[in-house]
Amino acid sequence: MAEMWINMGPQHPMTHGLWNMRIKVDGETITDAEPVIGYLHRGWEKMTEDRRYPQIIPMSDRLCYGSSFTWSHVYCMAVEDLMGIEVPEKAKYIRAMSDELQRIGNHLMWLAAIGPDLGNLTIFLYALREREMFLDLFQSLCGARMTYNYCRIGGVRNDAPPNWDRDLVRTLDYFEKRMNEYEELVDRNKVFRMRMEDLAPLSGKDAVNLGITGPTLRGSGVKYDIRQNDPYEIYDELDWHMCTADEGDTYARYRVRMDEMRMSVQIVRDILKKMPKTGPIRVKPPRNAPVGTGMARMEDPRGESLMYVIGDGTDKPYRLSVRSPLFVILSASPVLLRGNKIADLPSILGMIDVCMGETDR
Amino acid sequence: MYLDIWQLLTGLVHWLMVNIIGAILGWIGFHGVEHWLGTPGVLNFVTIIVVGLVVFIVGMLVSITLIWQERKELGRLMDRRGTQVGPIGLFQNFADALKVLVKEHIVPEAADSMVYNVAPVIIIGVSLMMMVTIPYSPGFYMSNSQLSVLLTLALFGVVPFAVLLGGWASNNKYTLIGGMRAAAQIIAYEVPLLLSVVGVVILAGSLNFFDIVAWQQSHVWLVLPMIIGAIVFTISMIAELERVPFDLPEAEAELVEGWGTEYGGMRFGLIMMSEYARGFIGSSMITLLFLGGWDMPAFLNFIPDGIWFLAKVFIVFGIIIWIRGALPRVRTDQILNLGWRRLLPLAVVNIAIAIAFKTLGWF
Amino acid sequence: MEENVTYTVEQVKSKISEAFPAAVKFESKAKPRRLFMTADKGSLFNLCKFMKDQLGFDHCSLVSGVDRCDRMQVVYHISSFSNNITAEIVVDIPRDNPEIDAITPLWEGANWHERETYDMFGIIFKGHPKLERLLLPADYTFFPMRKDCDTGRH
Repeated sequence: MAEMWINMGPQHPMTHGLWNMRIKVDGETITDAEPVIGYLHRGWEKMTEDRRYPQIIPMSDRLCYGSSFTWSHVYCMAVEDLMGIEVPEKAKYIRAMSDELQRIGNHLMWLAAIGPDLGNLTIFLYALREREMFLDLFQSLCGARMTYNYCRIGGVRNDAPPNWDRDLVRTLDYFEKRMNEYEELVDRNKVFRMRMEDLAPLSGKDAVNLGITGPTLRGSGVKYDIRQNDPYEIYDELDWHMCTADEGDTYARYRVRMDEMRMSVQIVRDILKKMPKTGPIRVKPPRNAPVGTGMARMEDPRGESLMYVIGDGTDKPYRLSVRSPLFVILSASPVLLRGNKIADLPSILGMIDVCMGETDR
Repeated sequence: MYLDIWQLLTGLVHWLMVNIIGAILGWIGFHGVEHWLGTPGVLNFVTIIVVGLVVFIVGMLVSITLIWQERKELGRLMDRRGTQVGPIGLFQNFADALKVLVKEHIVPEAADSMVYNVAPVIIIGVSLMMMVTIPYSPGFYMSNSQLSVLLTLALFGVVPFAVLLGGWASNNKYTLIGGMRAAAQIIAYEVPLLLSVVGVVILAGSLNFFDIVAWQQSHVWLVLPMIIGAIVFTISMIAELERVPFDLPEAEAELVEGWGTEYGGMRFGLIMMSEYARGFIGSSMITLLFLGGWDMPAFLNFIPDGIWFLAKVFIVFGIIIWIRGALPRVRTDQILNLGWRRLLPLAVVNIAIAIAFKTLGWF
Repeated sequence: MEENVTYTVEQVKSKISEAFPAAVKFESKAKPRRLFMTADKGSLFNLCKFMKDQLGFDHCSLVSGVDRCDRMQVVYHISSFSNNITAEIVVDIPRDNPEIDAITPLWEGANWHERETYDMFGIIFKGHPKLERLLLPADYTFFPMRKDCDTGRH
């Protein structure tokens, strides 16, 4: 059969989000691939040039609705860098804790998504059941389940309600037990391993050159985590280590994310111990930003996110530029796909954890 | 104890034709027709049709109950309740059937309409034909042929052709891929399926379901000496039924619905129905060949044979559903690898064991 | 670059000043693990090649365009995994002829960033393997992120 180009998408049950994956197949083997994006382009960067700095915070939440707190966090850090504001200590701890809880929520959503991709609906329901607990925590903290509008330039919006840390500790204890259940269902499941092991190996050197960051990079053995190498907030005072895996195949990327979930639980427990009990949680920023530039980068659950803001003395940014980790990983996906079969496509792309909100902006 | 349906229905038909309809016709004045209705040929013919109808309806009801069982059990495995329509969810299937009947029938424009329409007919026709050969108890059966095992397995094997026809005729790249995958998989797993049955046939000495069950009643359930064969047969049957973990032809994540994507309305309903009818036939074959059919310990003799048989079928299907809840899909080349390189040698080993048992005279 | 050699920000600064005395200017802002530079359009590619080969800058984080109304700018953020330094390079290009060398041959990660900058600003990257529109439909004729582009907002 001659080679033909197949469109997987833009409406397709497997490609999470709205994008088109064009693959060139020869029988069952993929010989080339070309992702086509832009279906969800909302003109985010142009919109920010017409809004005041605090008005952009809810917009940044919606950059990626699966991991929304981290995007508003990186935006606030960039603007604080521009304005030269120092965030109070307690706010840093709360931000880091919300980051880690958001990371757990995002990885649970990823875990739920790979289940149906590979054909098993059970893990979908289990992971979402646990994610509900974390969404409930966020709801009692800031009132919203998905797009929080919680981070502010200069701190966070409000302190945690009473008894929130008791609920948090209970949730973490319950969750750690449940993680053993997932590992039994997936790790010790011969069919899952067969579908994931030795698939799409990526060497560390290639991954670095292709611009890949995050769990996908650490799954190829490269030890780089912005929380450790370029620390922001209070990550350099916490007791944790980064999770890597050496093989570079799909199973290694899966393993890194599972380990990261456990590590996030450990980080949150450490934060609860070290967080100051009282203190200001917010500093009032100036209305107009100085002329200059600000840049902040952090470890989004999917990779390195970076925001670059240019201020021009008014209360609206002159330019706000966003680096989305998935934008780059998607551009590298043809390298991962070549030579594999169509049936492996959900496996490989599922491990990358695609979210089109931040890719298209 | 069992319900002898032939006796019952022969008597019933005789009474109906001769005493009721014949009396009415005689009272009107058609004595010739009344006499003709009473002849053994006509009575036999009508009896066969009525028995067939009864067996068919029972078979369909059991298949529908299997659908209900799947939805409930799968739901509970996934920590949710399953269907809730009607008492404990039993009416969901009738609701689905109604919904499917009123949907619009859309045929793709460039589809080959004759082949497109004929493919589901072949599949459902063959699946329902298989219900003829399965006995539920010594008295509840439709046909008692000497080659019933062979006939059932042969009818199983007709389906890949219809799947390929349906996938091709829909004029859709995805369904073509799905159809080819399905055909490759089903044909590949026919071989271990048949070979594991050979072991059973060697020990029991006949291809008739009744003889096999009688042998198991007097000796031991065949799952014990033929444990390898039972496992190979079960795995191959799951692959034949295109269920997870072997449901790549229907892989929702990639191909939407596989070869049946372009079928809508009642055609889709028929395809779904045939899947569960084949599930019923498959589970019944596992029960009859390996688990003793309607055999039960002597102290439970008050339960009718047919009920015991159906209970076993539900248990077997319950295990198949359990496997679905726990495992993801296996990739096509891994499926074919498994079939040809692992199950086939095991089936041959099973035959050797059966021959050994027979020559040693243990059974 | 030899393995396992790490440089501090000061060392990197001095090495770049040695290699490109005229083309590169450093800003006076000082932040830990950050480097702020402006560079000439013509020497950008050589500067990037030098940073990649000699100084261990192996990851391109972001390439973005800025429309200062009298000129255009391209801002590069390049980071080094081994040295934990992020360098910000600002390059001015003329507005009526916005062209610059592509750095995709050095870091594959810059591929889509440069395409997007072309899509939004109209800056041509010479040497890019596939400079086409990425986010907008292929038949659009305007570049939306330019300041003089009227997108209908008030």
